[in-house]
Amino acid sequence: MNNNNVIDIKDIKVHFDIKRSLAQDIIRKNKIILKAVDGVSFSIGKGEILSLVGESGSGKTTTGKAILQLAPLTAGSVDFLGEEVRQKDKAFMKRFRQNAQMIFQDPYQSINPRNIVLDIVAEPLDVHGLVKTEAEREEKVRIALEQAGMGPVEEYLYRYPHELSGGQRQRVVLASSMILEPTFVVADEPVSMLDASIRTGILRLLLELRDKKELSYLFITHDLSLAWLISDRIAIMYLGKIMEIGKPDLIIHKGAHPYTRALTAIMPQPGVNKRTERVILPGETPSPIEELKGCKFSTRCPIAKDICKEIEPLLEEIERGHFVACHFAKEI
Amino acid sequence: MTLLEVKNLKTYFDTSKGLYKAVDGTSFDLDYGEALGLVGESGCGKTTCALSITRLLPKEGKIHGGEILLEKTDLVKLNDNEIRSRRWKDVSIIFQGSMNALNPVMKVGDQIAEAVILHEKASKKEALKRAEELFELVEMPSKRINNYPHEFSGGMKQRAMIAMALACNPKVIIGDEPTTALDVMVQAQILNLLEKLRKELKMGLILITHDLSILAETCDKIAVMYAGKIVEIGTIEDIFEKTAHPYTQRLISCFPNVGKEKILPPAIEGVPPNLLEPIKGCSFYPRCHMGIPICLEVEPESRGLGGKHFAACHRSGEVSHEQ
Ligand SMILES: Nc1ncnc2c1ncn2[C@@H]1O[C@H](COP(=O)(O)OP(=O)(O)OP(=O)(O)O)[C@@H](O)[C@H]1O
Ligand SMILES: Nc1ncnc2c1ncn2[C@@H]1O[C@H](COP(=O)(O)OP(=O)(O)OP(=O)(O)O)[C@@H](O)[C@H]1O
Ligand code: SF4
Ligand SMILES: [Mg+2]
Ligand SMILES: [Mg+2]
Repeated sequence: MNNNNVIDIKDIKVHFDIKRSLAQDIIRKNKIILKAVDGVSFSIGKGEILSLVGESGSGKTTTGKAILQLAPLTAGSVDFLGEEVRQKDKAFMKRFRQNAQMIFQDPYQSINPRNIVLDIVAEPLDVHGLVKTEAEREEKVRIALEQAGMGPVEEYLYRYPHELSGGQRQRVVLASSMILEPTFVVADEPVSMLDASIRTGILRLLLELRDKKELSYLFITHDLSLAWLISDRIAIMYLGKIMEIGKPDLIIHKGAHPYTRALTAIMPQPGVNKRTERVILPGETPSPIEELKGCKFSTRCPIAKDICKEIEPLLEEIERGHFVACHFAKEI
Repeated sequence: MTLLEVKNLKTYFDTSKGLYKAVDGTSFDLDYGEALGLVGESGCGKTTCALSITRLLPKEGKIHGGEILLEKTDLVKLNDNEIRSRRWKDVSIIFQGSMNALNPVMKVGDQIAEAVILHEKASKKEALKRAEELFELVEMPSKRINNYPHEFSGGMKQRAMIAMALACNPKVIIGDEPTTALDVMVQAQILNLLEKLRKELKMGLILITHDLSILAETCDKIAVMYAGKIVEIGTIEDIFEKTAHPYTQRLISCFPNVGKEKILPPAIEGVPPNLLEPIKGCSFYPRCHMGIPICLEVEPESRGLGGKHFAACHRSGEVSHEQ
C-alpha cells in the first residue's frame, strides 16, 4: 500500500434498496435496487486534488459520502491514511470525522434554517468540543468566514439563512466545513453559486491549504474548465462507474472515452463565439434501477458496436496514468 | 411595444439594523423573444430583482420605488389579488435551488397539475393532460408524470421545475441559476429548450447565472449588476469586446480559459459596500483599479456608448479591451 495516499477506495458499491425507503412502493413485491455507485476505485495522494465530473445522478455525491461513511457501503473498502475505515475503534473514528470533512452540495438543504450564521459555522467546533470560551469560538468563526470571502463578517454573524443570497449560503457551508482544518475534504460543487471573482478567491484558498498543509481534495464539479484549472487528475463518472481518469490536459484535449469527448465537445466557452450548435447525446441516461448488460454508456454511445452491448469494458490503463473503460479506447 | 420595462426599481429589506438597499435604482427592458442575462457578484441583488418582478418578496422586503411595466401594466401597483391572477401566466420564475422545491411524497405530474388547476381553473383531467404536454415540451417522456421526485435525476427534476414554470404560458420567464449543478449535457439540453421556447412562443427570458460562458451562448444582451445597480448593459459583443466598466472587465478576467495558460486569475480585492449605509460616489470605487478623485465624490450616471450599450462609470471610454 502506498503510504502517501490519503484515500484509497477499492471497488466501492452503494446500492439503495428503494422499496424499503418508500411507503408508496409497498405494492411492488420485488426489491428494487438502485445502484448509485457500482464499483469505483481510486486513490487520492497527499496534497492531491482529484476532480470527479459527470452526469447529474451518476453517483458523485454518493461516492463522496461513502468515503466519509455518510452513505452505507454495500461492498468495497475505504482506506484513510492506509488504514481501513470500517470497524475501527472509537478513537480512530473520532480522528477520521475531524480530519475528513464534506462541503455539502446544496446550501439550500444542508443548513439549519433556524440557526444564525455564527452557530451554523461553529457547529463542528461544538460537536467535537474544541473550544473552551465563547470568545475563542467567535474568533474561529470570524476567521473561517473571512477566509470564505464573507466580509465584513459582522454583517453576517447574526443573520438567518433566509437573509442570505445563494452564494452567501454556500460560503457559510464552506466556512463550517473548513473550520476544523481537515486534512481531507470532499468538496461537492463548492463554488457553483459564486461569481467568478469570489470563486477564484476561494479556489486560491483551497490551493493554498493544499500547498501549505498538504490538504487533499475530492472535488466534485460539473464545470470541466474548473476541474481542468485546479486538479491534478480528473475522473469522469457515468451511471455509477468511472469511465476515464487521467491528467486534466489529457481529459480535456485528448479524452479517449466517447462520453468524455461528448462532454468536452459541448463545454461552453466565455467570450463572443459563433453560436455553435450544441451537439447533445441522443436519448436519456438509463435509470440506475435497470439491469444493463455490457457498457453502461452503450445505449447512447455514438460508436457502440455489438460487443459493447454484451461485455462490460474494464477500466484499463492505456498509457501511463491514463485509464479508460471502453472497448475502443485505443482506436479513438 | 416592449414586453417588460423595469424602471429605477428600488427594493429594500427591513432589517433590525435599518433598511438594506438590496436593489437600488435598477433599470432595463426586455423585448418579445429576447433573452437578457443578469450577472454580478454574489449578493448584488439579482434574486431580489427577480422576486420583485414576480412580486414574491418575503415580508421584510418591499418595493420602495420604480416601475415594472409588463405590456404597459405596472406590476408594482397591482394588489395581491391582481398579481396572483397574473403570476405564472404573465411572469414566471424558476427559483434558485428549486430542484428541492418538489414535494417528495407527491407525484410530479400531480404537482404540475395542481398549479394548472389553481391558475387556469382547469379540471383535474385537463390539468393532467397539460402536465403531459409540458413534459413533452421539456423533452421528457409523458408517462413520467406518474413518478415521484426521487425517481428523477437532478437534471430531470430541474426540467420538471421548468415545466411547472411554463404551465401557464408565461410571457416572461425568469431562470434564477436554472442550470447550476447540472452537468454540461443536461445544461445544454435545458438551454436549447429555453431557446426554442422563446423563439416559438415569443417568450422573454431573463437568465440569472454566474457562468458568463452560458450567457455568451444563450443571451442577446447582458446586464452586469454591482451593489444593487446595473453598472453595464449591452449586447454580447459590447460586454466582451467593448467592455466599458472596470467591474465587468475584472469579472471577465476572472474566468479560466481552457486552452490558455493554467493560472488562477486574480480575484477582485476587497468586499462590496455595506448597503445599509448611504454610498457616496461610485459604489465600486474602493475596489476599482481605475478610480480617480471624481469617482469618490460623484455617482456616475448610466451613459450611452452607442446602440444599446450603457455603462455607469466616469471612465467608461477608457477601459482596455484586451483579455
Ligand atoms: N438516499 C437515497 N435513496 C435512494 N436513492 C438515492 C439516494 N441518494 C441518492 N440516490 C440516487 O442515487 C443516484 C446517484 O445520486 P447522487 O446524488 O450521488 O448523484 P450525483 O452524481 O451527485 O448527481 P448531481 O450532479 O445531480 O448532484 C441517483 O439516481 C439518486 O437518485
Ligand atoms: N430577507 C432578507 N433580509 C435581509 N437581507 C436580505 C434578505 N434577503 C436577501 N438579503 C440580502 O440582500 C442582498 C441581495 O440578495 P440576493 O439574493 O438578491 O443576491 P443575488 O445577487 O441573488 O446573490 P447570489 O448570486 O449569491 O444568489 C444580499 O446581500 C442578501 O444578503
Ligand atoms: S465501450 Fe463501446 S459503448 Fe462503451 S463507450 Fe466504448 S464504444 Fe461506447
Ligand atoms: Mg451531487
Ligand atoms: Mg441569487
